[in-house]
Amino acid sequence: MNMFERLGKLDRRWIFLLLAVVCVATLLTEFRMPVRVSREVRSIYEFVDSLKAGDVIHVGIDYDPNALAELHPMAYAVMEHALKKDAKIVLTTLSQNGAGMAEQLMLDIIDTMKVQHKKDIKYGRDIVFLGYKPYYSIVILSMGENYRIPFPSDYYNTILDSIPIMQSIQNYDQIKAVIELGSGNIIDAWIADANARYGVKVALGVTGVMAADYYPYLRSGQIIGLMGGMLGAAEYEQLFQKPGTASEAMRVQVSAHVVIILFIIFGNIGFFISRRKGGSVV
Amino acid sequence: MSWTEFLWTTLGAILTLCTFSFLYKDNPFYKIAEHLVVGVSAGYFVILLCFTGLMPKLITPIMNGSWWYIIPAILGVLMWFRFSKKLSWVSRYPIAFYIGIATGVAIPVEMKNRINSQLFDTMKAPNFSGDWFVGVCDIIIIIGVVCSLFYFFFSKEHKGVFGGLAKVGIYTLMIGFGSSFGYTVMARISLFIQRVQELRNWVTLTKTRTDFTIVLWVVVLVIVLLILMEIIKHLKRKPAETVS
Repeated sequence: MNMFERLGKLDRRWIFLLLAVVCVATLLTEFRMPVRVSREVRSIYEFVDSLKAGDVIHVGIDYDPNALAELHPMAYAVMEHALKKDAKIVLTTLSQNGAGMAEQLMLDIIDTMKVQHKKDIKYGRDIVFLGYKPYYSIVILSMGENYRIPFPSDYYNTILDSIPIMQSIQNYDQIKAVIELGSGNIIDAWIADANARYGVKVALGVTGVMAADYYPYLRSGQIIGLMGGMLGAAEYEQLFQKPGTASEAMRVQVSAHVVIILFIIFGNIGFFISRRKGGSVV
Repeated sequence: MSWTEFLWTTLGAILTLCTFSFLYKDNPFYKIAEHLVVGVSAGYFVILLCFTGLMPKLITPIMNGSWWYIIPAILGVLMWFRFSKKLSWVSRYPIAFYIGIATGVAIPVEMKNRINSQLFDTMKAPNFSGDWFVGVCDIIIIIGVVCSLFYFFFSKEHKGVFGGLAKVGIYTLMIGFGSSFGYTVMARISLFIQRVQELRNWVTLTKTRTDFTIVLWVVVLVIVLLILMEIIKHLKRKPAETVS
């Protein structure tokens, strides 16, 4: 039995262990991995960068903690960028486990803006969190008529009309764009119900698993930009010139992918050798 | 950081390690983490639905005199008749009502969103006026879409020119699946990286205070003991019982 055939019969747990060791070792090593910025991420960055003081964007935190790894870095980068441009943010979550996470995200960003950008972000004046409501399609459609239908009050039970930022907002007509960060069917509802029905601009940040499925919407102009997975977040961080967890993770991604590709190559060589010898190929 | 906050962070780190232990084999630590996630999520969602749906959208309006909210409430209750073999037909009325509304709302927007917009975009002439690369992509997409459609046309045998076009179609589909697979690998690695980053942050946190450091060493000691126990168990096992 040669090396390739042995590799073919290797217990998969050794592969897991090797991958874990490579990932941890790379994470503990300090080096920067260059990231090439794609057009679809650049278009979101340019849109946010073009916002004027007082413009309002809607950010949808429509993911559960299981997608936090990929979408949280996007949320931090986009929201910090928008607040730095003096834009205002309406935050909602239509994902059942997202409310606590979204609140923590907002509070973290308010702190970061104060410490790192020397900006005093006031809840209610610059940013508002409307909280969670079930049945996302109905909520998205209702917000197109009036935000007060699905959200009569915000996350902290304050009546919407008494919140300064919401006093000038009736529906999507007063919103420059929806930046939807999601990990499920809610994204389709934003495209179908908000963009197709009410014509509001939609930009997407999605998990890596979903990214390939949303490129057709980008080409047809139904969305203005697309950030796919951790790479999309790293690209945005690079444009924003504030490397965060996604940029740091890129070097780990590269080393992990190299290991996986090597295993695929060795596995295939072993497969062809076994087949040539007439042995079992399974 | 207070002890309470530190304990929550430590619990997160321990549960992460419990979950990763499944990669070795199924074990009670993994089961605890798994059941905890399912139980907490279910409990949290029930309470959330009560306070974000049932209370503000049904109970409060009825209490305020909007008695007509009882009608959707009755329709909702009728859904429960599915549990009765004799009366399960009653549940068809609310389901019919629900599907009727959902279809009416969905068809126009889905038609525009998934069919018309996508068709118009595919049918437009290649655009070489700006970036030549965009024009080339337009041509590739037209060829890819048409050939993929040929592949799914099963009324004619895939032979000759037709077979060649279908083959281009299957290659197009494979490239699509390949890109999805690549993204999926990246996504899975991302999840692992984030957890390792969190574990690193936890270890860094334990170094800030002596009492926190003791907790770190207790956790490390327990892990080492468990690994040693597993090794001893593995060595004691008869060769025939060893799973390759």
